[in-house]
Amino acid sequence: MRRTAGLGLLAVCGLLAGCLGQTQSGDQARNADAKEITLTIVANAVSGGKNARGAGWLRNWVIPRFTELQKAKGVTATVEFEQNGAGDEDYKTKVALDLKTGGGGDVVEIDGIWLGEFAQAGLIKPLDEVVGSTDWDGWEQIPDAVQGLGEFGGKRYGVPMGTDGRVLFFNKKLLAQAGLPVEWQPRSWQDVLDAGAELKGLAGVTPIQLNAGTAMGEATTMQGVLPALAGAGRPIYENGKWQGDSAQVKDVLELYRKVYGGGLGDPVLQQEVKGRDRSFQLFSENRIGILLESDYFWRSVVEPRNGVARMADRDTAVGWALIPARQAGAGVGGQDFVSMSGGGVRVVNPNTRYPKQAWEFLQFLNSAEAVEESLAGTAQLTQRQDVNDKVLRGDPMLTFVSEKVLPITRYRPGLADYPKVSAALQQATADVVAGRSPDEAAGAYRAALVKAVGEGNVG
Amino acid sequence: MSPLWIVRRIGLYVLVSVVLAFFAVPMLWLASAPFDAKPGLGLRWPDWTSSNVVATFEHPYALTSLVNSLVLCVVATVVTTVLAALAAYALSRVRIPGRDLLLYLLLLLSSVVTGTAAMVPIFVMMLQLGLINSQLGTALVISGGLLPAAIFILKDFMDAVPRSYEESARVFGASPRQVLSHVVLPVARPGVATIFVWAFVNAWGNFLLPFLLLRDVGRQPAAVLLRTLYDEGGSANLTVIPVFSLLYSIPVVVLYLFVNKRYGFRFHGGIKS
Amino acid sequence: MDSSGLGVRRAVGFVAPALLLIGVFLVFPALWTLYIGITDYRLTGPAAANPRVVGVDNLVEAVRDPLFTNSVWLTALFVLGSAVVGQNVLGFGLAWLLRTVRPGVRRLVEGLVLLSWILPGTVVAYLWFAVLSRDTGTLGLLLGSPETAWLVRYPMTSLIIFNVWRGTAFSMLLYTSALAAVPPSQLETARLVGASGWQTVRDVVFPHIRGHVLTNTLLISLWTANDFTPFLLTAGGPDHRSEVLPVLIYRQALESGQLGYASALSILLLVGNLAIALVYLRLLRRRA
Repeated sequence: MRRTAGLGLLAVCGLLAGCLGQTQSGDQARNADAKEITLTIVANAVSGGKNARGAGWLRNWVIPRFTELQKAKGVTATVEFEQNGAGDEDYKTKVALDLKTGGGGDVVEIDGIWLGEFAQAGLIKPLDEVVGSTDWDGWEQIPDAVQGLGEFGGKRYGVPMGTDGRVLFFNKKLLAQAGLPVEWQPRSWQDVLDAGAELKGLAGVTPIQLNAGTAMGEATTMQGVLPALAGAGRPIYENGKWQGDSAQVKDVLELYRKVYGGGLGDPVLQQEVKGRDRSFQLFSENRIGILLESDYFWRSVVEPRNGVARMADRDTAVGWALIPARQAGAGVGGQDFVSMSGGGVRVVNPNTRYPKQAWEFLQFLNSAEAVEESLAGTAQLTQRQDVNDKVLRGDPMLTFVSEKVLPITRYRPGLADYPKVSAALQQATADVVAGRSPDEAAGAYRAALVKAVGEGNVG
Repeated sequence: MSPLWIVRRIGLYVLVSVVLAFFAVPMLWLASAPFDAKPGLGLRWPDWTSSNVVATFEHPYALTSLVNSLVLCVVATVVTTVLAALAAYALSRVRIPGRDLLLYLLLLLSSVVTGTAAMVPIFVMMLQLGLINSQLGTALVISGGLLPAAIFILKDFMDAVPRSYEESARVFGASPRQVLSHVVLPVARPGVATIFVWAFVNAWGNFLLPFLLLRDVGRQPAAVLLRTLYDEGGSANLTVIPVFSLLYSIPVVVLYLFVNKRYGFRFHGGIKS
Repeated sequence: MDSSGLGVRRAVGFVAPALLLIGVFLVFPALWTLYIGITDYRLTGPAAANPRVVGVDNLVEAVRDPLFTNSVWLTALFVLGSAVVGQNVLGFGLAWLLRTVRPGVRRLVEGLVLLSWILPGTVVAYLWFAVLSRDTGTLGLLLGSPETAWLVRYPMTSLIIFNVWRGTAFSMLLYTSALAAVPPSQLETARLVGASGWQTVRDVVFPHIRGHVLTNTLLISLWTANDFTPFLLTAGGPDHRSEVLPVLIYRQALESGQLGYASALSILLLVGNLAIALVYLRLLRRRA
């Protein structure tokens, strides 16, 4: 009987649709003095699978340590870790469903790019609204640009979990064979194209891999269009408007035409579903000359021991260079070189029963000790400057990103419309790869953009 | 043993070989990649190694997830088969007004809930029912989606059971329940076996529902685990995936062999050409 | 009529548990999904905070969208090529032919056909990449043209062949079971009067299994029309050339988060399924 009554209620509720997605924000000091607390952290990490190191860190280090610290204060804390390991879109859907129905973990890890759309939907709230005072000595260790990952509309929503930077990776052996310097640093797009033309002479080598097309999804936007657009001098979102078929967008598509129409890139690879995986494999087999990727490529792809496309001679064979603007000084903000970055953010669920303790937990997760421990002896760009200074020393590539790339990098606009804009950009590059002219592709892109975000939002 | 007969036999076996090749060639990857030191996207002669197997068995959730899959699928399959058999029998034997229309509507609706678009209603409903993180609840949702098609197929088989069998059984005083279990079911057995395997296969491969409804990684089935074997950049972990795929397919093959041997999809003999 | 002596009351009792389960876990969420189809429901972004009823706007938008029309045609082609013709014919052919081969061979073929059906989708995708990809793909090597990227050059043909491989097992199982119900005496008679294999199938077997043929065709058509696996192989590409409806729905629901629009597409898919079912009903009437 209870079941049917519940269902009837649910039916009415569903038919009114409104009751979905209502969350109450409560008193920030609720349960602040509780002696027995339960906190749940949700992350897209799982032992033995995706981001296994992060999962191990949470389970074996964070939870016991935090419980101990709380015990010293006379509080019995139970910390639960909800492991996931799914594709980003699947994970995002799950977290959004949780938050929307008033559930979910107390601390939730999300991709920084989702922050805006979650905030706009009311799924998350500014940190100070949820937990009260957000004073913390850790903030001064996190560079402003990185803090920006956890902000939306001028308000702070969460604490970033680290960041990355995009560069041009190249195969030194191939460059040497083509008679190019192995300490290579192009200063304009033309320099890259010229190097590609030299590499074209090598048999069985694809000179340049610049991600394109829809099959690669966000990898096309983040490792292709957006760095190029930054190099053309104008970010995708500016003064409240998305960039339409501007001169800069056409410049970018012209670059794609030169690469894929000029035999410098492999058009078919861009259309294959596993094209990105395959490009990694080809690079590791010395069959791709230049490839635009984030430092993830160095840490997890060609990494000699555990990478997905291991290169035993990575340290000597793989070089990196800053991504040049179209020409010197033509990049965003008059820059000579450009990059794009992203990263995860941890937020406190507005529905948490223990806002104060969740914020304490969040601080603990981001303490220098915890952040350093999370790396488990490997090197990676963390959110904290003090930790980076310590752990990146041994890794020239990551030091390079930290010192040279992060100061010039940009972040994507974390708005709900972004995925649609991103999809339209991917389609535009797909059109060019398929042989349409940049002008045509730009026109179709504008039409798709107008349909997706409305005429008034296209600049 | 006429020449014509021999030619036809040869023709038959050539045809069967072609079909065999068609089905076998894609499997080659599954035979090589699990034992290859550097498994890739293409097919190649492996650098033999057993380290992938070791890595898979050391995976903290690989074996538990297979057990979870078994629990989930056995429940969903048994519920589907039993309820479908009962309903199909009744629908086949008694004219319930609007029967056919009802069946079609249900069949059509089942295609809606198996799609991605239904995930929000299902999730919210299960949340309200308190069935999040319940394997039984998840199994029931899966059953609900499978039932219409199962009833549909089984009804065909029940229709084909000659009614004279039941009439004679009744003459000897058998109750309807006995008629069903001793007369009808044995005759419709191949159909029931088909549904059993079909339901199992469908439940076995279901990803989205268990992913949304089961939160504890220790309760998630293999289909969900398989999707976690990617790194944070989205690249596949080919050390574990091929071996795990092998393990993942074994229970279903075993089930098929068992059901086939015990309940037989096979022809009842009698004809030989 | 009621030879089993079941009685309406007991019959209802037999049907009730199934109906209850279907009602709670299928009808209810399905109707709810249909309802969402007339709203602008999203999970995130500003529209998520206050979903509005937009009526038939979603449907109108879909019908006007060339991408939708494109995927309707592709879905029809996919269903016709891989299910109605491919799986049906191959499934029956196997069920019929395998009766007469040696048991060992039969089990081997059946086992492989079944295996292709029961392997998880993600794994199957890998198997077919190994067959169809460039350079190292088995098909390219066999045909002597390793430079062809089959999934990019011939996406729909590849998908149809793939789906025949993937789904034939069900038809084979169903037909094998159905053939078991054909009275052996009639087959024996056909053999004695010297009927050819084809004549036997047409005149003796087919009348017996006609209902099964129609059911099978209906079901595999519906399943194929709702099949999501093509996404794993081609992701709808290149350039939407293999974007069948379920793939389009998936991309709208999960990648773009537009659940209202995706649900509206589901409604249209339902209408398509209804059309298939009506054709089937007509054929069935003709049988009776």
